[in-house]
Amino acid sequence: MVTKIMNWFDDRLPLTATIERHLTKYPAPINMNIWYLAGVLLVVVLVIQLASGIWLLMNYEPTAEGAFASIQYIMRDVEYGYIIRYMHTTGASAFFALIFLHMFRGMMYGSYQKPRELLWVLGWITYLLLCMLGFTGYVLPWGQMSFWAAQVIMSLFGSIPYIGEDLLTWIRGDYLISGITLNRLFAFHVVLLPLALIAVVFVHILALHEVGSNNPDGVDVKKFKDEDGVPLDTKPFFPYDITHDLYAIGVFLIFFVTIMFFYPDGGGYVIEYVNYEAADNLKTPEHIVPSWYYTPYYAMLRAVTFPLFGLTAKFLGFVVMAAGIAIFVALPWLDRSPVKSIRYKGNYSKFFLALFVVSFFVLGYLGTVTSTPGRTLAAQIFTVTYFAYFLLMPIYTKYEKCKPVPDRVQLG
Amino acid sequence: MKKTILSASLLASLIALIASANLSAAAGAPCGNYLSEDGLTKGECKEAYVDASDKASLQRGAQVYMNYCLGCHSLKYARYKKVSEDLEIPLSMFQDNLIFGDQKIGDLILAGMDPKEAKEWFGNAPPDLTLEAGLRGPDWIYSYLTSFYIDESRPLGVNNKVYENVGMPHVLIDMQGTPRSVCRQMPLIASNGGIKQDPLTGEQLTQEKCGFLEVDNGTGEMTPEEFDQAMLDLTNFLAYMTDPLKIERETIGTYVLLYLFIFTMLSYLLYREFKKDLH
Repeated sequence: MVTKIMNWFDDRLPLTATIERHLTKYPAPINMNIWYLAGVLLVVVLVIQLASGIWLLMNYEPTAEGAFASIQYIMRDVEYGYIIRYMHTTGASAFFALIFLHMFRGMMYGSYQKPRELLWVLGWITYLLLCMLGFTGYVLPWGQMSFWAAQVIMSLFGSIPYIGEDLLTWIRGDYLISGITLNRLFAFHVVLLPLALIAVVFVHILALHEVGSNNPDGVDVKKFKDEDGVPLDTKPFFPYDITHDLYAIGVFLIFFVTIMFFYPDGGGYVIEYVNYEAADNLKTPEHIVPSWYYTPYYAMLRAVTFPLFGLTAKFLGFVVMAAGIAIFVALPWLDRSPVKSIRYKGNYSKFFLALFVVSFFVLGYLGTVTSTPGRTLAAQIFTVTYFAYFLLMPIYTKYEKCKPVPDRVQLG
Repeated sequence: MKKTILSASLLASLIALIASANLSAAAGAPCGNYLSEDGLTKGECKEAYVDASDKASLQRGAQVYMNYCLGCHSLKYARYKKVSEDLEIPLSMFQDNLIFGDQKIGDLILAGMDPKEAKEWFGNAPPDLTLEAGLRGPDWIYSYLTSFYIDESRPLGVNNKVYENVGMPHVLIDMQGTPRSVCRQMPLIASNGGIKQDPLTGEQLTQEKCGFLEVDNGTGEMTPEEFDQAMLDLTNFLAYMTDPLKIERETIGTYVLLYLFIFTMLSYLLYREFKKDLH
């Protein structure tokens, strides 16, 4: 019976072939490690965000007058509304935590190198979309921090020479942040950006399955195949990876649920305390901070304190911040190393990657605290070391001495 | 295998970092000029006791709130009915004693005062307090409530240690009595933490410190201990207001975790079984 139904479909749609190609028989390298879990967990979080988002939408009111109260209505009067909302807020932070791990994995094992350049670029686009989703979504509760974060971020566009002020008015749709701004951010957050995200993630996975997964050794598993043409050092996704991933999802959800049910504020990182107050355009909070996942870039923005070539410090800071996010996309062309994985790269690569991680964390911390002259200096130094990883890469990857790469993957 | 363990611990520590973030971030705002009882720290809040399961405390807090605070401060995101259910106060009793004017049991808890007039009277409309405990933290609220003192230079005759030059009158002065800011002789503390003594006589060295709060004896309806307890109850009530479903949430959370532990254990066994094929 099942075969009959499948045959009916297969005559009209490549159903079995698609399922086998993308799920059950997808060959995954046998030496994949824990870093490879971030990808599947990101898909889980994407589903969580979409589902919880739809339910939030049923009771949210996108107006300057009603937004804040409608969130409290969800939290108090809607049955289990607080679970839906905390799921969405925790999911936002989890999304970024996982995408950082996922990107770091790619940087560590050279997953952006040929033939995976396009895969990396698509992933970078999802990161951009996620940044935009995070920002637009953060404004929707219309609390004090929502309002003032929108104020700060949008005012950056006003710093662009010549066209800045007009551009800013055009983006806001008003002369100041208002209900009109809220409405357009709402439209982006619930329609345009999620649609784009789903589409890009879909193509990202399609591209992954075309070129195949990289592995911690960075060797090409397709070099050695068995008589059926299946690479030797791989295992089919079903049942080996699916059972592995299921176990990982369980562990991940334990962490997720612990935050969601027991520490929903995340100590002020998942939900900022200042956002417990409704937006008030006459009252600036003492200390405006973005969500934790933007803080490295916020620190970069504030690190630029001097005007240059007739451009304002604010505009230059904006450029540096944008460059900090944009530069990831250039990685496939910056890396001149003959080997992929950090395991076989030379000491310079290891040093600069470590330096990058340290810079990222330090900048992240500096973005959460008020600035002092000492902290600004630290932010400037670590902004330079952050970019050093990327900009010096063509030099240090070309001239460093690499270890020989084995033909087959290494286990254990 | 070693590398897997290394990466696993790295990942786990990252997740733990995020999970433990609540420990590292400071909760609420610091407490202005508040001086601790031992005179050693300034600006740090007194620790409030908050227990969402202590219904008696919440009920007393609600009583104080409805009688003394609600005239000016609304709880406009919460409903009477929910409060009466959560705090286990019978509906009829709640209706007779805790709802004033013509408000219905299903209504949002609104203040008696018109915000526009309030702005004229106090310079600022009294804020809604539904989410105040989330905004400032219970410790801040408790410290603030117990930090009013007589200051004739202020228009309303009182000032507050935690919130300098606040526009709010000391509504609870009948309860507390007359609080004053006084000076005391306090022992000098050496850098090693001990009390400084005169090297010749062995007498303890003292220093005058100002900013302690004292209530004039017998001026209040309550003893200092009773008043302190009333303020703790009120703080507890406001903490409940910010997060009214805490107990329900944590109960559901526990069941969800239990389920996930079983799920994860079973999926681990399944994973282990299939893993045997591979090596």
